[in-house]
Amino acid sequence: MSKIISLVCGIIFGIGLTVSQMIDPAKVLGFLNIFENWDPSLAFVMIGALIISSPFFHLFKNNKKPIFTKSFNYTVNKKINKKLIIGSSLFGAGWGLAGLCPGPAIASLALLNINSAVFVVAMFVGFYLVKLSEPTTQAR
Amino acid sequence: MNIVNFTPVPAFLGGALIGLAVVLFFVFNGRLIGISGITSNFLLTKKNRFDNFLFIVGLIIGPILYRSFTSQEINISISNSFFLLSVAGLLVGVGTRIGGGCTSGHGISGIGRFSLRSIIATITFMIVGIFTVLVKNLV
Repeated sequence: MSKIISLVCGIIFGIGLTVSQMIDPAKVLGFLNIFENWDPSLAFVMIGALIISSPFFHLFKNNKKPIFTKSFNYTVNKKINKKLIIGSSLFGAGWGLAGLCPGPAIASLALLNINSAVFVVAMFVGFYLVKLSEPTTQAR
Repeated sequence: MNIVNFTPVPAFLGGALIGLAVVLFFVFNGRLIGISGITSNFLLTKKNRFDNFLFIVGLIIGPILYRSFTSQEINISISNSFFLLSVAGLLVGVGTRIGGGCTSGHGISGIGRFSLRSIIATITFMIVGIFTVLVKNLV
């Protein structure tokens, strides 16, 4: 069942990006263009997502287990450090350059757009470079 | 500052759908949605690989389903400079992994849990994003 949920969640997320038009980098760049011609739509996407999701996080946080899997599977990282600020700044720079972040970039592959494919491949290279530079923590 | 192209209703509704996906993934599968995390884990780690794969497949067929059910074209306008797109993609890939999240992981799953770390990450990438667009407009 968890497999079906994963697929369905991906589909709903992809439709959400399409309905909200966040799949279009021009909408995202419009949001970041705050000093000239500002398009506040992205803020409303976040408000919509948070109004729906936040109550459930708080309702379920004391539950022992999720419905279809054995245990909750995420790490609560509270560290506020240089890595967080440097990483988020690099991400912000890339986001502002192209107007693409990981979700819309991958969803827009559906449109067979060569430009989003170039971005996605470069993003994968970025993931890999960070993985390479990290000390390996996996058991052999 | 002028307000242009503002589409609050579709933005809110689309956002609510994104929130619904986040809730279902959390309540049923016990995981948080962050696209940079799901994608990089799919590529680089074995844990939950098939789940991550299915999520990514869903993310790509979502827009196709929307288009076939509504018969509405999805128009996007995106830079066509491969150089700029490569630099941007690289920055996003490296930055989200070092910073531990992107617009969905920090901006929605993190802020939704009232994580101070995610609030600071989101403010940071928004400020830098705004600054980058500002500089880009000047050049």
